[in-house]
This record gives sequence, C-alpha cells and structure tokens, in this order.
Amino acid sequence: MIPAQFDYLAPTSVEEAVAALGEHGDDAKILAGGQSLLPVLRMRLNAPEVVIDLGRIESLRGVREEGDVLVIGAMTQHSVVASDPLVEEHALLIHKAVQHLADAQIRHRGTFGGALAHADPAGDMGAPALALGAEFVIAGPGGTRTVAADDFFVDLFETAIGEDEILTEIRVPKHTGWGAHYEKFVRVAHQWPIVAVAAAVRTSGGTIEEARVGLTNMGSTPLRARGVEAALAGQPATDEAVREAASGAAEGTNPPSDLNGDADYRRHLAGVLTRRAVLAAAGA
Amino acid sequence: MTRISLTVDGRKVVDDVEPRMLLVQYLREKLGKTGTVVGCDTSNCGACTVHLDGTSVKSCNVLAVQAEGSEVTTIEGLAQDGQLHPVQEAFRECHGLQCGYCTPGMIMQSVDLLKENPSPTEEEIRLGLEGNLCRCTGYHNIVKAVQYAAEHGGSTGVSAATPADVEASEPQETGAHV
Ligand SMILES: Cc1cc2nc3c(=O)[nH]c(=O)nc-3n(C[C@H](O)[C@H](O)[C@H](O)COP(=O)(O)OP(=O)(O)OC[C@H]3O[C@@H](n4cnc5c(N)ncnc54)[C@H](O)[C@@H]3O)c2cc1C
Ligand code: FES
Ligand code: FES
Repeated sequence: MIPAQFDYLAPTSVEEAVAALGEHGDDAKILAGGQSLLPVLRMRLNAPEVVIDLGRIESLRGVREEGDVLVIGAMTQHSVVASDPLVEEHALLIHKAVQHLADAQIRHRGTFGGALAHADPAGDMGAPALALGAEFVIAGPGGTRTVAADDFFVDLFETAIGEDEILTEIRVPKHTGWGAHYEKFVRVAHQWPIVAVAAAVRTSGGTIEEARVGLTNMGSTPLRARGVEAALAGQPATDEAVREAASGAAEGTNPPSDLNGDADYRRHLAGVLTRRAVLAAAGA
Repeated sequence: MTRISLTVDGRKVVDDVEPRMLLVQYLREKLGKTGTVVGCDTSNCGACTVHLDGTSVKSCNVLAVQAEGSEVTTIEGLAQDGQLHPVQEAFRECHGLQCGYCTPGMIMQSVDLLKENPSPTEEEIRLGLEGNLCRCTGYHNIVKAVQYAAEHGGSTGVSAATPADVEASEPQETGAHV
C-alpha cells in the first residue's frame, strides 16, 4: 500500500520547520528518517495532511563534543552513530546498542532523534539514552528547552516533545572509560527486542564502582533499574555478586504480555539479561 | 506535485511526482526500472534495496521526494559496459538464488556490505544481510556467493573475472530481472 495524499514541506532550518509546525498544527507530521513513519503511513494507520521533512536541515546532523558532553544531532543516522569514534569513546553503550538496531538498510536512513521521538517501548535507543542520563534539546515557538531523560519518556509512543516542537539534539554526559554492553533478546533477525538490557559500568580493579542499567520493553517506556544499580555499587564483578544484584531487575516494572511472551516470562528475562549485560560490560 | 531532479543509474531525471510516491514506485512505474522489486508491505524483506548516495536503503521505505538531488543506483545500473558486477558474477557462479525474487536486493545489499567490509567473515555476511529475506535458498549459497565475490574484486566493483569468463556469460545481462 502507499500513503494517503499529503502536502510535502522540506524546510532548511529549524526555525522554518517550527514555523511550519505552528501553521499546520495537528494536521502535520514530522518526517525524520521515515523508517517508522513511512510504514505507518503506508498502512494508513495515520494520514497527516502535511509532512514536514527535516532531512534538509544540515545543522541537525552530526556528533560533536562540548566539554563533558557528547552532542548528537537528532537527524544523525543510526549508521553514523554506529561508526562515530566519539560515540564509541564516550558513550560506548550507545555505540554497542545501535549495532543491533534493525538492519543495515534501516540504519542508513533511520535517525537517533527519530527513534527517541518515536518512543516505541521496544525501541533500542531509549534504554541506553536513559541509562546514560541524556538530556533532550527541544525547539518550539518560544525557543529551546532542555528535558532530562527521566522526564522525556512519558508513555507508549509519547514523549515530552509538544505538538508544536521538534527534537533538535541529544546531550549525553560523557562516560569515558566505562565498560558497556547491550543484551538484546530476540527470536528473529532485524527485529525489536522481546526484552533488552543496557548496562554501563565503571570498574576499578575488579570492583564495580558505579553502574547504569536501562531496560527495554519492560513497561510503556524505557526504565532505569535503579535498585540493581544501587545493589551493584561496590560489588566485585563476579558471576555470583552480579547474579544476586540482577535478580531484582524486574522490580517495579510493568512488562507487556504478547505473542512473544507473557509478562512473567519478560520478568524472568530481565534478571537473566541484566546479569549477562553487566558481566559483559564489566569485562568479566 | 513536487518537482524532483536526481540521477538514476547514471542518467539525470527531472520529474513531477506526488509527495506520497515511494521511491520504489517511482523507479518501477515512472522509469520502468522493474529490476527493483517489491516483496513485502512492511519494509522487512529487502527485495527493494537500492543505493541512495552510495549506501543501501529499502526503496519502499523512502519517498521519491526524499531522493531529490541524490544519486540512485539500482540493480540495473550495476553492470558496466556489458560486464556484470563481480557480485552479480558471484551469485551466478555460486548459484546464490533459486526463484530469483530476492536477488536484486541481495546483490545490492552485498555490494554495500563488501564496500564497508571487503573481507567479511561468514557471520558478518549473515548479519550484514539480515535485512534481506530469502524464501528459497536457505541462504547458504547466498553467503557463499558473497564470500566468492570478496575474493574476486567484489568490494572494488571491478570484476576479477577473466575475459573468457565474461564471454561465457553472454548473452545474459544483469540476470536480475524477475
Ligand atoms: C523492518 C524494521 C525493523 C526495525 N527494527 C528496529 C529495531 O530492532 N530496534 C529499533 O529500535 N527500531 C527498529 N526499527 C525502527 C527504526 O529504528 C527507526 O529508524 C526509528 O524508530 C525511527 O527513526 P526515523 O528517523 O526513521 O524516524 P521517523 O520514522 O521519520 O519518525 C518517527 C516518529 O518520530 C517523529 N519524529 C522524528 N524525528 C523527530 C524530531 N526530530 N522531532 C520531533 N518528532 C520527530 C515523527 O513525527 C514520527 O512520529 C525498525 C524499523 C523497521 C522498518
Ligand atoms: S519491499 Fe521493501 S523491504 Fe520488502
Ligand atoms: S531465491 Fe527465491 S526468495 Fe530468494
């Protein structure tokens, strides 16, 4: 199937894009890489009257450093994030996770900002961004504002981005020297995870000093496993200690039940995958 | 209608298209490039893979208007001067197909894969082709074809086949039309 008819705008600046959104309001939809939006339009699950393509706004692409922060433009394609040396050095968790997102063709088009704005609870970018405490820069008619990771994900496919706003960049505090691993559990190739765990750890001489753990598809938004993080701090990076800490991974989660598995199965998976992710991140 | 100008298989085209027209539709229905096929409705199968500005994309998941100013290469643009691309040669040599429906996409994705990784391991080939589904072959000969291509100039686009090999392949063209 093909999408219903729409008018197409391709602004070349954020200001123009925000103005176009303001003009068309509810009737408009932002197009980033299109890898989630176009399937939706083709299946006629949505039929906006106006599509505003961000693809011509060069300032939204690329990765740069600002002191202790890594700034990733919303329109930076997954394949660029995957091969960017700054991301690998300072946000290894994102580097690792993005390799497992979809397939090569989709990574060439889909964008970091698009995946986060889409806020699919099974999306692979949310948990790493949340775990690393990313901040989201959002442009609207009144200028820009910055939203903390904890406040960005609101519900299923819902974020703090307002209808008249655009996500412009994601600011990730540098986690230089941290070990990281993204453990994605999936039955078939190039698909969304049944459950996935994003872990970053700072170790020193075999001891876990600090840990960050994010969960994918364990609720309507990505979740931080703060209990696990607290339990891991100061523990040796051994199977026994990590197993114990990881056993609480599903606490406070509300995973879905679907054809891939029921909620109990996912709770079980969360513990197993957290252990694997943390051990791999710690290099143990 | 929106005016677009782009280069497809080395030829400049200017056209007015509906914004909702998919790139694959544009290629097939307006340019007659039916070598690129549609295999699914969900952007899963990869049969429609083409190169957009040098990287592989699923052309059913790109709007024609998004290709404005870009360079598109389809399976029909791979062969040069009547000589198959080494990856095409390899698929023929290793019998990397049965019905052939997935083949245009498989070849386009394999070319992309070898460009990024000229000598991939078997696992890297399987991962690199994860966005391309084949209902016939069980993938085994496809993987072999990519390995063969890697050993025969597949990453450079210059066929390492001898002139005699090429002659033997005539009059077959791209072998990718279905
Ligand atoms: C076959 C297939 C497999 C996939 N597998 C996975 C997978 O394993 N894991 C995974 O995480 N994802 C997967 N995806 C989705 C992929 O990651 C998409 O790239 C991503 O979800 C959306 O990014 P995009 O740039 O394509 O956004 P688009 O599709 O263009 O947009 C998505 C949504 O976000 C909004 N939006 C986008 N950018 C902005 C912005 N800057 N400001 C405000 N709103 C914005 C759009 O309006 C739209 O509602 C898959 C997709 C397909 C087709
Ligand atoms: S037709 Fe494009 S992915 Fe199947
Ligand atoms: S050869 Fe028939 S689908 Fe691959």
